[in-house]
Amino acid sequence: MDRVSSTRASFAQATWLVAEREMRTFVSTKGFWIGFLATVAGLFALTVLPTVFGGDDPRVAAVGSAVQAVQGKQLDVREVADVAAAAELVRADEVEAAIVPDGGGIKVLALNDPPADVIRQLVASPPVELLDASAVNSDQRFVTVLVFGLVFLMFGMGGAAIAQSTVTEKQTRIVEILVSTVPVRALLAGKILGHVLLTLGQVVVLALAAPIALRVAGLSELLAVVVPALGWFVPFLMLGFVLISSMWAVAGALVSRQEDLGSTMGLVMLAVMGPYFGVQFFFDNPAVLGVMSFVPFTAGVAMPVRMFAQQAQPWEALVSLGILAVTVVVILLAASRLYTGSLLQTGGRVKLSKAWAPAE
Amino acid sequence: MLTVRGISRNFGDHRVLDEVSFDVRPGRMTGFLGANGSGKTTTMRIVLGVLAAHGGSVSWRGEAITPQRRPHFGYMPEERGLYPKMKVREQITWLGRLHGVDKATARANTDRLLADLELTGRADDRLESLSLGNQQRVQIAAALVHDPDVLILDEPFSGLDPIAVETVLDVLRKRAASGVPVLFSSHQLAIVERLCDDVVIISKGRIAANGSREELRRTHASDRYELVVAEDAGWVRDVPGVAVLELDGPRVVFEADPQQVLRAALDRGEVRSFTPVVPTLDEIFREVI
Repeated sequence: MDRVSSTRASFAQATWLVAEREMRTFVSTKGFWIGFLATVAGLFALTVLPTVFGGDDPRVAAVGSAVQAVQGKQLDVREVADVAAAAELVRADEVEAAIVPDGGGIKVLALNDPPADVIRQLVASPPVELLDASAVNSDQRFVTVLVFGLVFLMFGMGGAAIAQSTVTEKQTRIVEILVSTVPVRALLAGKILGHVLLTLGQVVVLALAAPIALRVAGLSELLAVVVPALGWFVPFLMLGFVLISSMWAVAGALVSRQEDLGSTMGLVMLAVMGPYFGVQFFFDNPAVLGVMSFVPFTAGVAMPVRMFAQQAQPWEALVSLGILAVTVVVILLAASRLYTGSLLQTGGRVKLSKAWAPAE
Repeated sequence: MLTVRGISRNFGDHRVLDEVSFDVRPGRMTGFLGANGSGKTTTMRIVLGVLAAHGGSVSWRGEAITPQRRPHFGYMPEERGLYPKMKVREQITWLGRLHGVDKATARANTDRLLADLELTGRADDRLESLSLGNQQRVQIAAALVHDPDVLILDEPFSGLDPIAVETVLDVLRKRAASGVPVLFSSHQLAIVERLCDDVVIISKGRIAANGSREELRRTHASDRYELVVAEDAGWVRDVPGVAVLELDGPRVVFEADPQQVLRAALDRGEVRSFTPVVPTLDEIFREVI
């Protein structure tokens, strides 16, 4: 038998091998593709649906001289012979309202509510001048908050795969072979790297799909605003993901069986859900949103939203990104120590203090 | 040579290993015996660096074992560990590369090992779809794929049927013959008796016996003989200076000066057999622990 003198895989090689395996394993699961395709489909649905369902002009019936009054308005007009026929159509819910002659002018017939959208078409609006004009209205901001929040939530929760993969290794005890072969830090780094790359890949696809979806929806003017915001969202999302990944890895290392994972995942889920709900609740409160945009855990969603709403200057985003980066480094170092301290401890749940203690 | 010197280990207040010392010589199969909880697995995990020792040292070719050295070890943990959802060939190749073997070599080694272990037909199946015995063979492949300098195998034969034992044994013997020291633990004494060149017996965290199999047998051999005659052998009890240990019709096991009894037996009639009783490993084991 030929003896091959093997050399030790370098730290980078070991990390890459671990990352590669994580990616390959994760991509080969059905859950990954279902989740990803659902997100892409959801993105299209969110932008396209309003124009499909909400874009129709109100249907009205018009009688005699009133027909002239509705011409050129954004109304779907149906001409009828007399007022009685028009009223019949309204009662039958065939039309939203009927516009009939009334003395020298016109009158609107409706069933039980004044039809605001029809009336708006018929009155002359005074000119409006906004003193603090924003390129985005609050509806658009709401949709952006929702989308950014959901994407952050989805990828943050997706990080649970790191915890699961770590527990699998502990539960099957392959961890003993791994630990006797490569440094524990390489295992941790590889896991995080693998999932960061996977997430980045998905984010890139989503970021490419978003402009297409907006164009399909005929919202091209929104594109000019969304693209720079996306440019901020991606780095925030990636750094935020590293932060959360390292916490997921520790959550996985602290337990020995899949069934026990629930007991350690709570805190991490809080770190993922907290920013999501926080930003959803407070997106209309500039003060709270402003604070959240500098807190590492909420910054991932809050700062890009502020950039989108043009409430923050680029330097603020850079400062926040810097704070996030420093936090990532600190958490990574702590996670690495906890991971090392708990990876080979089997039995029940490892206490954080025990995982932190220097190895015996 | 792998040298273990005076390693100790506590779990809490409980001393699990107490000054354990032994050698694993190159080219030899060393059987590591002990009852459940005697410290076998703890010792192996310390050798592999998975667990820290509270004193003592482990060295390989006279040098302390460093993390750089360790990937050259092949390890099969007691609680089997591989990725259940990964395909067999992919998994073994990956482990080879993780041990620092280049891609082409890892692939070639994997294919050769799977052939040797009669697993080629299952190479592209997920590990979890294999029977436990076959998973065990894959585990052996995982320990060997990087052509290790030292092999540490915790209970490599448990769960294998007799044919699989032969297959695995064949593969391990080849490694030993190429100069690799092989340390394997087992509680199946009959297997160890047949396989190992050297034996280390551990009991309650201490080494109870240690040496080559023949040496141990000699050391633990007593003045015990078995005599089978044509008729009843009850008379042996009356020979002066003889302690009869077992008597069963024409067969008797005794301790005494053998020549005196043999002469007496020949005087009385036919002697069908007269043999010194060589202790089995089982007996030595029971005696020392």
